[in-house]
Amino acid sequence: MIQFMLDIWNLFPDWSQIAMINIGKIVLILVPLLLSVAYLTYAERKIIGYMQVRIGPNRVGPKGWLQPIADAGKLLFKEIIIPTQASRYLFVFAPILAFAPALAAWAVIPFTDKMWLTNIDAGLLYILALTSMTVYGVIIAGWASNSKYAFLGSLRSAAQIVAYEIAMGFALVGVLMAAGSLNLREIVLAQSGGPHQWYLLPLFPLFLVYLISGVAETNRSPFDVAEGESEIVAGFHVEYSGMTFAIFFLAEYANMILISALCAIMFLGGWLSPFEGILPAKILAVPVIGTVLGNGVHWLLLKMSFILFCFLWFRATFPRYRYDQIMRLGWKVFIPVTLVWIGVMGGVMFLTPWGFIFH
Amino acid sequence: MTFLQGVFYFFATVLVFAAAMVITVRNPVKAALFLVLAFVSAACLWVLLQAEFLAIVLVLVYIGAVMVLFLFVVMMLDINLVRLREGFGEYLPIGGLVAVLLVLEMVIVLSTDQFGLEQMPDPGALPADHSNTRALGRLLYTVYAYPFEIAAGILLVAIVAAIALTLRRRKDSKYQDPSWQINIEPRERVRVVKMPSEKKS
Repeated sequence: MIQFMLDIWNLFPDWSQIAMINIGKIVLILVPLLLSVAYLTYAERKIIGYMQVRIGPNRVGPKGWLQPIADAGKLLFKEIIIPTQASRYLFVFAPILAFAPALAAWAVIPFTDKMWLTNIDAGLLYILALTSMTVYGVIIAGWASNSKYAFLGSLRSAAQIVAYEIAMGFALVGVLMAAGSLNLREIVLAQSGGPHQWYLLPLFPLFLVYLISGVAETNRSPFDVAEGESEIVAGFHVEYSGMTFAIFFLAEYANMILISALCAIMFLGGWLSPFEGILPAKILAVPVIGTVLGNGVHWLLLKMSFILFCFLWFRATFPRYRYDQIMRLGWKVFIPVTLVWIGVMGGVMFLTPWGFIFH
Repeated sequence: MTFLQGVFYFFATVLVFAAAMVITVRNPVKAALFLVLAFVSAACLWVLLQAEFLAIVLVLVYIGAVMVLFLFVVMMLDINLVRLREGFGEYLPIGGLVAVLLVLEMVIVLSTDQFGLEQMPDPGALPADHSNTRALGRLLYTVYAYPFEIAAGILLVAIVAAIALTLRRRKDSKYQDPSWQINIEPRERVRVVKMPSEKKS
């Protein structure tokens, strides 16, 4: 049987075998990603519900587990309304432009030491380039809707995203200085040797800046002036309905998952186990316990879940920032903090004997 | 025609089409978006040349930063398209003459054997562990360190000059001082009044 399947496989030409393997890998990444995007919305409603002493969705399916499916079904069958005098093609194109970069960035994410889709050398730059393209979805949506509310919302959001992107980029400059590589896999491997080696500790200010800028980049509360229900109806997607709206909604959650994955990889050691270097090698060699406690993709998922929980927690805790305070925080606090820390890192690494702290 | 050539011609066609649309499309916002498309196609062409660092930086800098700000400004302009079209016929002969001359000059220069294929031999396949980023960085910070630093200095001067030109504080605009807002005395804001309870009449 196995021989028969191998024979069929070998019938295909080489290039199509490579293409099929890659498409298979892409499906293996995207299907769980889209499912987790759907269930992140459910988790958000449940967690914020419990934090506000409510129950949250509990009607559809056992304990409300089918709620995201029901929501998606409802949005699928709703009419897509295109406003009069709207720029028709750009109007439909904008949600795609908001969603696609959040998915494409997963091409370079390493899941374990041997599991990735591509392992390109400039992975960090690729991520930066793709995340900087998400702002087009917002800008084009606001402009193409031919509505003043949508336009104002998109301007606010675009200014905010551009401002925080700079702080985010500088935080990543610190990471690449410490790791000495732009390759995400090598960045994780540079953090191996136990939790004290993770960049969380030596680059703690950059970690904070990155996490908070990530919240601002994804337009999440408390930086959600782009939506700002109480001020400008719903911001840039006020004219969208049905599936076009749903894609904006999914893009926000996909971006959250991407930011949490990057945070886990660059500051929390990615797939590395926190027990590495603490437990003796004998325990890690035990069949089941060793796999659970040793390095593996489950640690990456656990770290991502924790950061995602923080995202939801922030939303339940903090009131919305005022717009001028957001701009002040981005330009006058975060960018100087990152610049100073990069200077400190460079000085310590090359001028003093304590450079090992950052390696 | 190999697969790579097909990919090259696809992106080259898209690039030429987008560049033509930038100057022919009426709406300035759409023109800016076509310019973005042209940048993306150019980046893809660079990837085909195995210059992945330059390609990604083109996307990061020009699409991610420059064009966003450009689009931002263009969207807020209130441009009267009818007035833009005025005088098109007047300037057409002289503009057309300049364009034809430019194309002729380019054809004459490019058709000499200075730009022939034999002047630019195929560099051959790169080794598997070749890192474009590392190679560029090594050159920039060793061989070309001084030109690089001078360019950085000029850019910094330009930034400072741009800010200095636009920096003016208007007397009549209201702005907030966050440190003053935070460091307030509650006593200045709220007056607690102690008074005996009043009887119901």
